[in-house]
Amino acid sequence: MFLWFHKLGSPRYFYAFARIIAPWIALVCATTMAWGVYQALWVAPPDYQQGESYRIMYVHVPSAWMSMFVYMVMAVASAVYLIWHMKLAGFVAQASAPIGAVFTFLALATGSLWGKPMWGTWWVWDARLTSELVLLFLYLGYMALHEAYDNPSTGAKAAAILAIVGVVNIPIIHYSVEWWHTLHQGASVTKMGKPSMPASMLVPLLVMALSFKAFYGTVLLWRLQAKILEREYRSKWVRELLTGDKA
Amino acid sequence: MNEFLNMGGYAIYVWPCYGLTAFCLIGLVVSARVSLRRARLNALQRIKSLELKNAPKA
Amino acid sequence: MQDTTTSAVHVSLGQAFWQLLRRDLLLTLRRGNEWINPLVFFVIVVSLFPLGIGPGAKTLQLIGPGVVWVSALLATLLALDGLFRSDYQDGALELILLSPHPLSVLVLAKVLAHWLITGLPLVLLSPLLGVLLHQDSSVMWVLMATLALGTATLSLIGSIGAALTVGVRRGGVLLSLLVLPLYVPVLIFGSNAVASAGMGLAVKGQLSLLGGMLFLALALAPVATAASLRVSVE
Repeated sequence: MFLWFHKLGSPRYFYAFARIIAPWIALVCATTMAWGVYQALWVAPPDYQQGESYRIMYVHVPSAWMSMFVYMVMAVASAVYLIWHMKLAGFVAQASAPIGAVFTFLALATGSLWGKPMWGTWWVWDARLTSELVLLFLYLGYMALHEAYDNPSTGAKAAAILAIVGVVNIPIIHYSVEWWHTLHQGASVTKMGKPSMPASMLVPLLVMALSFKAFYGTVLLWRLQAKILEREYRSKWVRELLTGDKA
Repeated sequence: MNEFLNMGGYAIYVWPCYGLTAFCLIGLVVSARVSLRRARLNALQRIKSLELKNAPKA
Repeated sequence: MQDTTTSAVHVSLGQAFWQLLRRDLLLTLRRGNEWINPLVFFVIVVSLFPLGIGPGAKTLQLIGPGVVWVSALLATLLALDGLFRSDYQDGALELILLSPHPLSVLVLAKVLAHWLITGLPLVLLSPLLGVLLHQDSSVMWVLMATLALGTATLSLIGSIGAALTVGVRRGGVLLSLLVLPLYVPVLIFGSNAVASAGMGLAVKGQLSLLGGMLFLALALAPVATAASLRVSVE
């Protein structure tokens, strides 16, 4: 079994694996998202307090979870890249960064859209929203550093170090912002995140979260295939694959 | 139907959210597919130029 | 009798640390008063705020701690750019990388030199700026204490960013983009300590957290900076 995992490390096997797996994960993503959105908008009962506006949660909370999840994947991939010099892990980190940044932006945008009916203003320095904002800066910093180097492999290593330094700082930033928020917080604000919900509300949320993960998987696999082709075009298997002839 | 569209008065918040999410997710899908196709064409082109360089006397 | 035939001149780690520290201090001081710039920047930025917001004593007192802290943070950031860049350009950085001693300790020497040149003067100057922003005198020592702990942490964390961007052409802006998110916790606790001291509340909690962050940075940052230097100096 371990050999199979080890073979995944080589771009050639991973490319073949990705080509097989990607359509299936795309299918999983499509079905779960369709079902989830249907549940979120039509079936789930309105919230007794926030009425229909809480339906934004079904998009806001999964993207917030994803923004954190993708950064964790980036940090682990960066660590694997730096320690075992697995080129593929470097590709995973680079390919995930834009996806994570989009999820973070989404979480911020939907969060402020949700905040308007609830708090009356577009932006509230809520603890979670502020942490998301700092996380967005971490993503932008990662991508900017990666672009700044002409030589891609140095850029990848430098960005990998930044990802690891970032992941060490995330809990510190999160708790200091949490502490900062509770300190300056006036009246207690309705909990924006996950109030204790009946199953009929909770299940669509989990399904949406699952569909977002499947979405991340598919897009990541596509972007990985692109990166592998970009970097490995000199090797024989790419020539065979693309030109089809066994030259 | 339009009662549903009204979203209990919160229509101007809920629908932009879902619209923005759809826009961003589709954007990610499109950019991934485009980069994949461009990577294939690019690799093919580079392979061709490599072959020309390696075997000019053919 | 020391066997000098085979081993080259053996410099112990401590000697290497102090030599590098001394070299950096002399280099900067001898290179004219370039080290003054971050301090002047610090004073200018702080004095811009009353011009922008208005001379009202009450508002200035309210925003004072935050303003002093953000300006100190930006001044440290400004000074960080030159931490490795001059050595990188004249090749001294490669020599430091080649030395047998652990690179993280040598990096610590450089960061300490940088802190002594920019961080310490910031701390000593901060009461003056506190007066500019109508902070009452009881707050001054808290301001200096938090800034002393804070600027050291900021220099350490910033040295990681400086090492990552040393090989990049216009690394200055990139450096701030990388490092500012990591400064958020230090800024939160630092400026809050000063603000709560102004209101007569206890500041021991914030100070101990700032101390905790300093030691965390002291332990982890040099290792990350050393790794970053090995990557960007190729």
